Amino acid sequence: MMVNSCLLCGVGGQGTVLASKLIAFAAMEKGKRIRTAETIGMAQRGGCVVSHVRIGDEIFSPMIPLKGADILIAFEPAEAVRCLPYLKDGGTVVVNQKAVRPVTASLADSGYDGKEMIAHLKGLPIRLIVVDGDAICQKCGSPRVLNVALLAAAAKSGALAMTAEELKYAIQKRLPEKFHQINFAAIEAVEIETERNPIV
Amino acid sequence: MKQFLMGNEAIALGACHAGVRLVAGYPGTPSTEILESVAKQKDPDIYVEWSVNEKAALEVAAGAAYSGARTMVTMKQVGLNVASDPLMSLAYVGVKGGMVVVVADDPGPISSQTEQDTRTFASYSKLPVFDPSSPEEAYQMIQDAFTLSEEEGTPVLFRPTTRVCHSCADIEVLDQKPAFPAPEGFMRDTARFVIFPKASYQNHLRIEKRNPLIGKRFSSYRYNTLTGKGKKALVTGGISTAYAKEALLGYDGEFLHLCVATPFPFPEELGRKLLNEVDEVLVLEELDPVLEKALIFLCGKYHFDVAIHGKLDGFVPAAGENSVEILKNAMYEFFDDFPRPSRPEAVLEDLPVRPPVLCAGCPHRASFYAVKQAMKGRKAVFCGDIGCYTLGNAMPLDMVDTCLCMGADVTIAQGIRRVDPDTTCFSFIGDSTFFASGITGVVNAVYNQSDIILIVLDNSTTAMTGHQPHPGTGQTMMGTISEKISIEKILTAIGVTSVQTVDPLNYKAAVKAVADAAKEKGVRAILFRSPCIAVVKPEKPVVIDREKCVGCKKCIRDLGCPALMMNDNKASVEESLCTGCGLCSQICPTSAISKEGK
Repeated sequence: MMVNSCLLCGVGGQGTVLASKLIAFAAMEKGKRIRTAETIGMAQRGGCVVSHVRIGDEIFSPMIPLKGADILIAFEPAEAVRCLPYLKDGGTVVVNQKAVRPVTASLADSGYDGKEMIAHLKGLPIRLIVVDGDAICQKCGSPRVLNVALLAAAAKSGALAMTAEELKYAIQKRLPEKFHQINFAAIEAVEIETERNPIV
Repeated sequence: MKQFLMGNEAIALGACHAGVRLVAGYPGTPSTEILESVAKQKDPDIYVEWSVNEKAALEVAAGAAYSGARTMVTMKQVGLNVASDPLMSLAYVGVKGGMVVVVADDPGPISSQTEQDTRTFASYSKLPVFDPSSPEEAYQMIQDAFTLSEEEGTPVLFRPTTRVCHSCADIEVLDQKPAFPAPEGFMRDTARFVIFPKASYQNHLRIEKRNPLIGKRFSSYRYNTLTGKGKKALVTGGISTAYAKEALLGYDGEFLHLCVATPFPFPEELGRKLLNEVDEVLVLEELDPVLEKALIFLCGKYHFDVAIHGKLDGFVPAAGENSVEILKNAMYEFFDDFPRPSRPEAVLEDLPVRPPVLCAGCPHRASFYAVKQAMKGRKAVFCGDIGCYTLGNAMPLDMVDTCLCMGADVTIAQGIRRVDPDTTCFSFIGDSTFFASGITGVVNAVYNQSDIILIVLDNSTTAMTGHQPHPGTGQTMMGTISEKISIEKILTAIGVTSVQTVDPLNYKAAVKAVADAAKEKGVRAILFRSPCIAVVKPEKPVVIDREKCVGCKKCIRDLGCPALMMNDNKASVEESLCTGCGLCSQICPTSAISKEGK
């Protein structure tokens, strides 16, 4: 079997680790071999975080080699750009359009708002899916559903080794029941959005 | 049964399945989850504790191992420095029950002070060491480590690195743990358990005789493998073995590959077998050139004319983490026909940088800011320590002048004050670090009549490593409630005459406490007590009145809180991050910021 590699990146506290666990669970359910690697420790506090998820039979390194990711799920625009060297040529990028402004940017008045990053991504020969994570979170009433919303968009793209149905099942099995409905609502919101703006 | 486990969970489960009875440790990235995962098993046969530091943990475990119980100690690499006093002696005395000392190394380093290599410590302390290359190997090898320890009557080191600790894999594990007999209890044997110079001489002889035999045993150990054929060879260990296999996918050149899972005592016979066949060897490992030096040693000892490449001749980088790319580059140089690795494409410049920072609402920010304001314009030195509060060094707080190792803030401040008598010397220490290794420094300060201001940043948890309980929290790892040990009472008992306890989020009171302390002489202490934002429910976010805000940016420039930013020339608050600590509301010159409902 081919290896499917997914890199999740964002800023500490955005929920990348749980997202990687859901993908891993779905792969396990299908009887696939899986390796993941997480950023844990000092780098978490507002720093860049990445989770590597690799599914397939012949995997040795838990870390995705450069140009080895089929899909990049970025919780933040600048983090998407930062992690581009991991993306295969012509790979898929799912990116949340809302920027997380670091303290350094606020101190330096850099005016960073993520728009220039999205513009940069749009000019690249990649498959780009921009998700309005903020709107979906507001619709669902919780900033905590960002990770599931991005996973749902990634599942829709077909580049991730997980379907929306498998994602739902993973949520049912892995998350406490009180979080099921808001996360299903996030998947629903992404489905409605992609019907309006189909992923190409 | 298959389970999806993190390396640290795999080590924990492996130890449980090897019949471990007692696990003690001190939190430290990347080792922390091992002990926590054992505790989660809730096995009535296993006692688990967060000890006050690594030395205490190792001694507790040694006592249990003297009594025939299988024990495990967990720590990060710098923790081994703290535990090295008992470990060096225990190497001579030995153990009865199997004892595995798990020390997680941190190449990079990613969250540590040093890039020290526990494999080097193994040869220094003359203790066998296991070096797993994946979570599944870790699960199996920890069980082998217990067996070896018990058979040889010696503590055994077990050294995973960050990428093994924090990577996950689907692993085949036992459905349930096998039955193990209960430990026999402590049998008095003074000739063995009381260390004396004469016995140590005998033990030293015994160890030097034993280790080559263990090396021989390791030559046929299942995870030390020699495969392939050819005139060139790769020798790999730890996670570099996994990276090498990944890098070699699709390469069909001829070569030998020796994977070393037990770097010390080196499996000499296996090494000789390899050196007998090849002309050139490339060694791929992280941190110290341990395998490389072992092979060079064998070349000298047995007169092999083989070139050994690695860190020592600059073939691979001397420091930092390895990666598949680094290994591919080395292989391209080493093999005649290895495909040229593609160069990574340049990333857009001017990406925002994200150094780790104190969380929004972190009480440490308020404590540092209060000290900074109280000492404005006065000569002062701020000695920091290990924990979240090391991040007080970041701009704009910029309040950490020194940071060395656990507990050193208290004592470094004393030394600076001795040669710089005009300076007010502050030492900042967290609550867990205070218990781990700060108390001795305070005793030293009072006894030697030092002149320092000790700031205890008490956030009622061990925050940096993920909120472990400690003696001041009144909870134990077994879930029982113990009497909270009072830092104030300890300080008073030591003889610190001025001890103030203040909520740092009360800005005026906090500044006054520091100003008052600065007027006095001797050892003064201020306890800034306010819980970590991660262990209490946040309050409502602050509200910024855009009419009142004049856009002066004082809140942003002074505090560097991640929840504060400028929007359309006015300060604004990111509500998903703000915990309503209200520090910004207390320093806003136009009172534009308020806590909701106030």
